[in-house]
Amino acid sequence: MKKIIIALVMVSLSGLVSASMKLHLDEANIDLHDKASLQRGAKLFVNYCLNCHSAAYMRYNRAGKDLGISDKLVKENLVFSDAKVGDLMKVAMTVEDGASWFGTSPPDLSVMARAKGAGSEGANWLYTYFRSFYVDESRPFGVNNTVFKDVGMPHVLWELQGMQKLLNAEEVKHGATPEFALVSTGSMTAEEYDVAARDLTNFMVYMGEPSQLKRRSVGVWVLLFLVFFFFVSYALKKEYWKDIH
Amino acid sequence: MSMLEKTLGWVDDRFPLSKMWNDHMAAYYAPKNFNFWYFFGSLALLVLVMQIVTGVFLTMNYNPDEALAFASVEYIMRDVEWGWLIRYLHSTGASAFFIIIYLHMFRGLMYGSYKKPRELIWLFGMFIYLALMAEAFMGYLLPWGQMSYWGAQVIISLFGAVPFVGEELAIWIRGDFVISGATLNRFFAFHVIALPIVLLGLVVAHIIALHEVGSNNPDGVEIKKVKGEDGIPLDGIPFHPYYSVKDIVGVVVFLFFFSAVVFFMPELSGWFLEKDNFLPANGLKTPEHIVPLWYFTPFYAILRAVPTMFQSQFPGVVAMGLSIVFLFLLPWLDRSPVKSIRYRGWIYKFALAVFVISFIALGKLGTLPAGGIYLTLSQIFSGLYFAFFILMPWYTSIDKTKPVPERVTSK
Amino acid sequence: MSTDGVDNSKRRFLTAATVAVGAVGAGFVAVPFLKSWSPSAKALAAGAPVEVDFSKLQPGQLMRVLWQKKPIWILNRTDQNLEDLVKLNDKVVDPNSEVATQQPDYIKGINRSLKDKYLVAIGICTHLGCSPTYRPEVAPEDMGPDWLGGFYCPCHGSKFDLAGRVYKNVPAPTNLVIPPYTYLTDTTLVVGIDEGAA
Repeated sequence: MKKIIIALVMVSLSGLVSASMKLHLDEANIDLHDKASLQRGAKLFVNYCLNCHSAAYMRYNRAGKDLGISDKLVKENLVFSDAKVGDLMKVAMTVEDGASWFGTSPPDLSVMARAKGAGSEGANWLYTYFRSFYVDESRPFGVNNTVFKDVGMPHVLWELQGMQKLLNAEEVKHGATPEFALVSTGSMTAEEYDVAARDLTNFMVYMGEPSQLKRRSVGVWVLLFLVFFFFVSYALKKEYWKDIH
Repeated sequence: MSMLEKTLGWVDDRFPLSKMWNDHMAAYYAPKNFNFWYFFGSLALLVLVMQIVTGVFLTMNYNPDEALAFASVEYIMRDVEWGWLIRYLHSTGASAFFIIIYLHMFRGLMYGSYKKPRELIWLFGMFIYLALMAEAFMGYLLPWGQMSYWGAQVIISLFGAVPFVGEELAIWIRGDFVISGATLNRFFAFHVIALPIVLLGLVVAHIIALHEVGSNNPDGVEIKKVKGEDGIPLDGIPFHPYYSVKDIVGVVVFLFFFSAVVFFMPELSGWFLEKDNFLPANGLKTPEHIVPLWYFTPFYAILRAVPTMFQSQFPGVVAMGLSIVFLFLLPWLDRSPVKSIRYRGWIYKFALAVFVISFIALGKLGTLPAGGIYLTLSQIFSGLYFAFFILMPWYTSIDKTKPVPERVTSK
Repeated sequence: MSTDGVDNSKRRFLTAATVAVGAVGAGFVAVPFLKSWSPSAKALAAGAPVEVDFSKLQPGQLMRVLWQKKPIWILNRTDQNLEDLVKLNDKVVDPNSEVATQQPDYIKGINRSLKDKYLVAIGICTHLGCSPTYRPEVAPEDMGPDWLGGFYCPCHGSKFDLAGRVYKNVPAPTNLVIPPYTYLTDTTLVVGIDEGAA
């Protein structure tokens, strides 16, 4: 009976698997244990993102503590406003300014990595996004993005990456993998820029949930404890149930 | 007499402590043939307690204000020591609660636990389920993310489909023209105070009713019919220690899987925490796919399966309501002389299998965009869902049943 | 069901083991909940050391700043005030700041300050936590003829002198607490960081 139910459920579900068109995303392959990468990412984030976007649920010194940066270095390298190291990563620009400059106020980025998808999906989205700006004169900032259609911000990292154009715009509309070619070079090579994009992604994924490494390490002990508890409680159950025939 | 016995005697003269312990634990005789499916009652109780404890601690730091709610959840996740754990226990607990309750209800369907003399247990259980749905729905607004906001907007707009008074009714429920801080405040009050009290009261009623008539079992045999000379059912064993030690094992196994989710995949790929809920509520921008949390999607699919009639979505709302009302009526729809599926004929087995498949399929369809093939499938499975109930008086009375044994069988 | 031939000691042992492991588990579960009551990162950030510029503080004037959400007083004492402190030695409980809990170890003696002129103190009465009132005037009617200026707690009438030393025979048992602080320049100091740590 049980087997029949399971088999039927499987059949009915497999017929329902969604065939919706998936956006092409590159693998970010981030490593949250790589502190050097996270530190570089933090530096990129405060230099390029924090001018317009806030990360208003994140404290400078929390990032410092988790990334192994002393309060003094945090103050010197990450804090550009008169904020204290314990402050939230707010932005000088007001919501009204943002709305008038960009049409809509730039969203807070604290949990953006999680808003773009669970697990590695969010990371892959961000990584691909950073590398997918291309020249599009029809847009107000002269750029567009293959993963974020009609993106409402300029390509802030252009001085690092340079500017690229999209070679296969028509095919991309039908689901092809975008191909780009540089039209002007930036201060980084393509490989260097990929590393930078990965670092920035890494930092934003960390920032989305600063406790995630601790969560996993605590989890291992919890599960080990429960396995141990299982053997003890099962022995007790077995002993008592000897009575039942 | 030892000090402990004296103290106990003193209490017993004033409060029926030993009596309650015996009535519900040490001298409550449960059938000895409980199987895997009988873990879920005590697990539901465990999760209820866990939700209350974590909920109380979340309330200490959560801020039910439209300008502060989203930020206060992130405050819990980052600034409050171990806040992330308390929050994940609560968010995962919500989904775990429904998994357990659905399995618990399925057990009832398999073994006819709703049938005479246990109709009231089933009704109390159904009211628990209703209260739990309200509790979960209102709780989901509190993080004040995009899904919180738009999910509530869509569900409350359903009340707008009620003829004549709908629009006024929806505005009254929200306290505003759209979901707003007023709605958040009243949902918060219901979520943290009103509904938990109702839930606890119903759970007590559910258990009292159960212990009055005694537990059903996989054979659907009434163990009280065959008693020994001491008046104890021959097939009964005291709940404590036998089922208390067994349930501890069940709890540990459950906690293992539960912790695996909490510590290693708290979003469960978006099924337990939806990605759009990491964006703060924004009344100007609707997410691309508004999907209720998984435990509501079967009913959502039924809602969408019914076409608009007379320029009104009301029929869909009625269908959704009926899909739950029918569950209440089960004890009176089932005409079979036997309880357990073990002694029923193939028709009921087939009907139950179709029902389960329909429910799961509707759950999946509720997460997919409506239209085209998905709409057709939703309509087919909604039809099957209702057929299970509507045809039940007929097919349970013609179904060929096997003789039920006098005593319970060992697995 | 039969309970013949049951090994009761084995049952007792396994029961005790399960209860013990369960209790350890419950203990671990309790920790996060108890710890969630400690000051959050937000409270800690708000309680971070504060920098105070007191260049505009006139002699005899008191300014208040918040550190850890507690009122911190910075008082510019006149030479007369400092001379008066010595006269009060017999009237106060702990004239030479010998009760170690009431100030960092680098705060000593009668004046209870790093620089004689400036008193830095936590403005919370050591009795039951009210904030005393600054009463600089000499011998006002309500304080009596012997009053040389100081702090008076309106809640239960405790009196402190201008070094935060508690008078004898008042409810408050000890001197006002001096917070850790350090000078950055002649006219700025940081409250919350020990001398030499900055």
